[in-house]
Amino acid sequence: MHFVVCIKQVPEGTEVEIDEEKGILKREGVESKLNVYDTYALEAAVALKEEFGGSVTVISMGPPQAEAVIRESYMLGADEGYLLSDRVFAGADTLATSYTLASAIRQLSDADIIFCGMQTTDGDTAQVGPGIAELLGLPHASYVKRLCTLEADAIILETDMGDGIESLKIELPCLLTVTNEINQPRLPSFRLKQGTKNRPVTIWDHQALVGAKQGYFGLDGSPTQVERIFPPPKSQEQVIWQGTPFELSQRMCAKLRELKYI
Amino acid sequence: MEVCPFEGITMEGGQVEFTDACRLCRVCIKACPTGAIWLEQSDAGPILERDKYKDVLIFAEQRQGRIQPVTYELIGKGLELARCLGQEVIVFLAGRDLKAQAHELLLYGVSRVYLYEHKALEHFRIEPYTSLIVDLVNDTLPNILLMGATPVGRSLAPRVAARLRTGLTADCTSLSVKENGDLVQTRPAFGGDVMAQIITPRHRPQMATVRHKVMASAPRLAEPKGEVKECAVDESKLKSGIAVLKFEPYQITTSISDAEIVVAGGRGVGRPEGLKLLEQLAVEVGGALGVTRPLVEQGWADYTMQIGMSGRTIRPRLYIGCGISGAIQHVAGMRGAEAIFAINSDPNAPIFDIAHYGLVGDMYEIVPHLIAMIREGDDPNGVFQLS
Ligand SMILES: Cc1cc2nc3c(=O)[nH]c(=O)nc-3n(C[C@H](O)[C@H](O)[C@H](O)COP(=O)(O)OP(=O)(O)OC[C@H]3O[C@@H](n4cnc5c(N)ncnc54)[C@H](O)[C@@H]3O)c2cc1C
Ligand SMILES: Nc1ncnc2c1ncn2[C@@H]1O[C@H](COP(=O)(O)O)[C@@H](O)[C@H]1O
Repeated sequence: MHFVVCIKQVPEGTEVEIDEEKGILKREGVESKLNVYDTYALEAAVALKEEFGGSVTVISMGPPQAEAVIRESYMLGADEGYLLSDRVFAGADTLATSYTLASAIRQLSDADIIFCGMQTTDGDTAQVGPGIAELLGLPHASYVKRLCTLEADAIILETDMGDGIESLKIELPCLLTVTNEINQPRLPSFRLKQGTKNRPVTIWDHQALVGAKQGYFGLDGSPTQVERIFPPPKSQEQVIWQGTPFELSQRMCAKLRELKYI
Repeated sequence: MEVCPFEGITMEGGQVEFTDACRLCRVCIKACPTGAIWLEQSDAGPILERDKYKDVLIFAEQRQGRIQPVTYELIGKGLELARCLGQEVIVFLAGRDLKAQAHELLLYGVSRVYLYEHKALEHFRIEPYTSLIVDLVNDTLPNILLMGATPVGRSLAPRVAARLRTGLTADCTSLSVKENGDLVQTRPAFGGDVMAQIITPRHRPQMATVRHKVMASAPRLAEPKGEVKECAVDESKLKSGIAVLKFEPYQITTSISDAEIVVAGGRGVGRPEGLKLLEQLAVEVGGALGVTRPLVEQGWADYTMQIGMSGRTIRPRLYIGCGISGAIQHVAGMRGAEAIFAINSDPNAPIFDIAHYGLVGDMYEIVPHLIAMIREGDDPNGVFQLS
């Protein structure tokens, strides 16, 4: 079977500071890393490969330096990696991102199960996975927390629906977005690090995606536009209350009500 | 250059260069005093005929026949947006045997409920739900389509958006409309450190998801308004590659990572019964119970309940910490909470540096009062009570 995993390089930590006076963003020493939820997606694919045979291909859309996460995935058991990198892809919202990734997966042509993380830590939308599934016309399940049985043409799994667990049987090919409960990702292997040093990472630009519409990539293919970025509303007031336990409870209860928490 | 959040601009020999780190976020364009930076964007796609699109369509999510409360919140916001534009709120509802629920929805001021009933729609399955909503959108041409940011909504909305080729903004914390009907969608970005204002100027419907408890619920009216329109379900739309084998509802409250409200206890709890008290508080406010590491080490709580650097990171809407000093390793896992309440007997505890509301006192004296007061305030005719 052929397992495809979509992985993304994200900024380490999400600490962005706002210069209050100038109203601008400051971002010091941005280190990048593999989106943590994608490590679960990759582990799920590699574990299936080890049990049932086949291969694992990772795909990432991002700038050239995103090659680092593909190299990292080689140390975690991926066999092949594609980096979709092109100025034309820049500025993509979730629809354009889904479109680009879906075009690449279509090009690979033989994916049986596509894995995505349940969300990214920077975009944090959880939209890209279902978007890819739609554009490929495949069934999908979000928030998969357990894989139960893999059959020749279907997979049985459990998803977290927030209010309970749903068991589903999904026909292959399909797309799954996985939660961090699905497994315990392994650590990068030193042996694989050595062994995959010379393994190539295939770079695809928009021309490599045969049949895709250029107007659907990047900024031009993104229906949403960021109009403005601004600091979050001043973290409310910061107050310290003193008083009798009864008074304190009263104030807190009134505040909770005012803020509509209760 | 320092304006760029991504370090995407460099200066070389007096020339401004954009690096691959540039994400076209356009912050620099707005900041540039001389207007020297602009973005060339091909005006792809036809000009939008804004007047063709009217009304706010709400996806009414039902689970096991029960309308999810986020639906009433979406209706509340939808009515507000529709009022600004002189338009109406219409609702999509699908499932099995839902006539009573459809009429219940009319009590919240919506103009029309489009009801799709079929036994194959009893459980949420992605393909039929996507097809039916897309059909309704194509028939009614709504200006705005709102869904709850629930597991179902977060799975469904991106598929509907992709099929319609329109924009979708996740987890909006505020929504308003411009006079021309454009929806102004505000959501946290970069993990909540900044807010982004997003528009979908050239596509319709403008789609957004909103989390539960972010918007105020629509009030329930004494008399229903509007009508239920029963829609025929085209069998060909019911095809799906998914079979729902089983659904097992959770018995207990959800895990702390997903919970919107978290009550957390620290070493100040002192004894295991103290955690029971906090658990009661958690139940009262509809939240989950979390702890600091010492309590896990004591064996009083499960590791899955640990908040912090070596435990879970949480970003609830409300965090109530009791008997917690506020050590950096704990704070690292909860500082993203929208509102932080802290109860600690030591006025110098570091937790008060990050708490929005600090209560200096003994949790054993405060929490029981608090529980009683919250309970007293319960309105038996509350808006979520379905008849
Ligand atoms: C590598 C590393 C990783 C760690 N990871 C984590 C982690 O992930 N999560 C985590 O939580 N910790 C973690 N820790 C531990 C952390 O450093 C602190 O030790 C821990 O958070 C302290 O927990 P606490 O606030 O409950 O206890 P304490 O620091 O002992 O504070 C108890 C507080 O309760 C108050 N108090 C006492 N009685 C009452 C009362 N009756 N009513 C009200 N207030 C009262 C006291 O004034 C005091 O401020 C980690 C430490 C290390 C070294
Ligand atoms: N640029 C990208 N390249 C590859 N995969 C991506 C990219 N963006 C998102 N994904 C996948 O989609 C998932 C959800 O991302 P998001 O919708 O941004 O929260 C991630 O966990 C990845 O699996």
